[in-house]
Amino acid sequence: MHFSVYRYNPETDDKPYMQEYEVAVDAGMMLRDALLDIKFQDESFTFRHSCGEGVCGSDGVNINGTNGLACITPISVLKEPVEVRPFPGRPVIRDLVVDMTQFYHQYRSVKPYLTVHDPEPEEEYRQSPEEREKLDGLYECILCGCCSTACPSFWWNPDKFRGPAALLQSYRFIADSRDQATAQRLEELEGPYRLFRCHSIMNCTNVCPKGLNPTKAIGEIKKIMLKNNT
Amino acid sequence: MSSSIPVRRFDTLVIGAGGGGLRAALQLAQADAHVAVVSKVFPTRSHTVAAQGGMNAALANVLPDNWHWHMFDTIKGSDYLADQDAVEYMCRAAPRLVVELEHAGVPFSRLDNGKIYQRPFGGQSQNFGGDQAARTCAAADRTGHAILHSLYQQNIHAKTHFFDEYLALDLIYDDEGTILGAVVMEIETGETMVIEAKATLLATGGAGQIFRTNTNAHINTGDGMGMALRAGIPLQDMEFFQFHPTGIAGKGMLITEGARGEGGYLLNKDGERFMERYAPNAKDLASRDVVSRAIYTEVKEGRGCGPNADHVMLKLDHLGMDVIQKRLPGIRSTIQTFLHIDPASESIPVYPTAHYTMGGIPTNRHGQVVAPLGQTAEETVQGLYAVGECACVSVHGANRLGGNSLLDIVVFGRAAGNHIIDYLKENRYHRPMADDSIDKAMARLSRWGQKGEGESVRQLKDELKKTMEDFCGVFRTDEILAEGVDKVIALEARLQDARLQDHSKVFNTARVEALELENLMDIALATVCSAHARKESRGAHSRIDYPDRDDERWLKHSLFFKEGRKLDYKPVRMKPLTVDSFPPKARVY
Repeated sequence: MHFSVYRYNPETDDKPYMQEYEVAVDAGMMLRDALLDIKFQDESFTFRHSCGEGVCGSDGVNINGTNGLACITPISVLKEPVEVRPFPGRPVIRDLVVDMTQFYHQYRSVKPYLTVHDPEPEEEYRQSPEEREKLDGLYECILCGCCSTACPSFWWNPDKFRGPAALLQSYRFIADSRDQATAQRLEELEGPYRLFRCHSIMNCTNVCPKGLNPTKAIGEIKKIMLKNNT
Repeated sequence: MSSSIPVRRFDTLVIGAGGGGLRAALQLAQADAHVAVVSKVFPTRSHTVAAQGGMNAALANVLPDNWHWHMFDTIKGSDYLADQDAVEYMCRAAPRLVVELEHAGVPFSRLDNGKIYQRPFGGQSQNFGGDQAARTCAAADRTGHAILHSLYQQNIHAKTHFFDEYLALDLIYDDEGTILGAVVMEIETGETMVIEAKATLLATGGAGQIFRTNTNAHINTGDGMGMALRAGIPLQDMEFFQFHPTGIAGKGMLITEGARGEGGYLLNKDGERFMERYAPNAKDLASRDVVSRAIYTEVKEGRGCGPNADHVMLKLDHLGMDVIQKRLPGIRSTIQTFLHIDPASESIPVYPTAHYTMGGIPTNRHGQVVAPLGQTAEETVQGLYAVGECACVSVHGANRLGGNSLLDIVVFGRAAGNHIIDYLKENRYHRPMADDSIDKAMARLSRWGQKGEGESVRQLKDELKKTMEDFCGVFRTDEILAEGVDKVIALEARLQDARLQDHSKVFNTARVEALELENLMDIALATVCSAHARKESRGAHSRIDYPDRDDERWLKHSLFFKEGRKLDYKPVRMKPLTVDSFPPKARVY
């Protein structure tokens, strides 16, 4: 099978280029297996990967124009030649490895941790199965970055717009019956950029390898804000 | 050379950002100890993220339970090789630490009364070997993910200092053997740096990558164990490597024991529920070593499934879509992705898969590294701690119970954090640096700068993993292990002549993998040598030529030293902290 892979080594290359590789494929092979084969052919080829089953979030790349995780993308569904590029909109460190500093910064900025002001009980906080169910579709995020780096608003304003991944996490805590910081969380999303740069383009939801829906979470935050303001 | 390396100074250096490292870092950061966490991947990519089924604690939310029963099960599960003081400490702490995690935000699944959901897991009993218990606290089948992310989030809150994508090369130690920090390499730039610390904690995880088919991530290369060996510290009980009964056949992805905890069971080609023959009471929820051997035996005796009769089937389809979607959504998705079948309607082909390193860096229950360096078998290595899968405290002994590894990392991560806080009070100043030790670490790196023809790292790594699978697997004999030892020694010799073709600095993963392979090689050697020496069957170590447990001669911990590939032994700590000892008994499920 034919692969066309983005290459750039800042020590030796003036500019990036696409390099062609042939990989012998078999049924059930994932894109990560093909990338490993390419690395076996040429050890200078560089990409991040680890768990191989879509839970660590290391190997997010752009595959034939769409972001996804290499380890759970079957090559059988891919059109030839398979074009593999780094995430769009991020500075490239080398080959498929991009600098995700701003992405992580935005994540930290939403204060993604449970905040409770009341004294702690000796036992667990009680949470009904129905309350817990509200976290499904939110807590499973693996921070791979497929969503935010597919988002035009994040491309334009990665320093100001929180981006879908961080906003999904913000809502994960707003939706948590145990959390007592909803007012602060909403307040910190005020203004034209942090939340409201989302124009519901839905690229995030289309590419999420875990099937999560950041657009919906963002919509929920907007709804609560609207309700509070009326 | 060493004078030109930049130096950063912290009170404590934590190497590894999985659950153990992050739990320790949180304890330290909350106590205002200046802590640096070095991780070769962004913290939430650490392998704790892949833990599925849950974390054991005798909360008694579903069925009657208490920590003493948990302690008994853990010791029995360990085939009596666990240190009973450490086990008591862990099982007593468990309920409080689960609650602590819940307060930290972990989205545990819930019971109707709002309490944490608990499921049955293998090797659990009520009343010291009675009815099945339900002790495993779960966030669906993504418990590791839920815990790791919550711990990282709390560390953000605590303002822990992270060095993401830095690879630790070696520990720095002075002439007295005191650990002074580590030499690390920033992967993005290829630049090295010294991190000086009064206390250093290794939390680098397991080394499942020594086997070809494994449930482990690419990063699980036992870097901390390798660093300990090179610093003259032995590895303990390395012959005990856990093969998880239910990896996806031929591929290795983990299918949680929780699948059987929720009511799934195993079938051979005759449709027989064969675990009833091997473990009449516990059946499919016997200990992992027992179930893995049963599967292996079924296949070997011709009762395997599939065209090659090389696996058995895990049946879940009777559980109903509701249970599968609510309790096992993660493995359903994994099975759909990798096998293109839905476990709600079809059985899953499974086979035992290398999963967990029971052995590791010897520590006491405070996380202090202990070694026979002076007069006694357990002298503390000053300034060095280890927790989690890279350590051997030992709470898992010869076989770990499912649900005890997430518990282990949280309990001992926290304990080590607390002990370090006290240690820092007594050790207020950094000691003088040991330049020759830094030079040694740098030499390890510069060796890979040699150019020219040589074998590739990938070739050697593949051969090592295949060798370990063939010669140090589920069932072992003297003949097979002796050949395994020779083969790994030969591979180790060939590693000296391996060469990199890529000598660039920026994000050179080929170089990272070369450094990782050195660790894997040392650990494989420790594993196969320790296995060859132990002439009995205990827990995960099954010798066909010595089929019985031999408490008279072998109720002791192995210690493997890199220098001269020397083996030593030390007694098991049979005395718990407050309760009566559990003396070794025949182990039946």
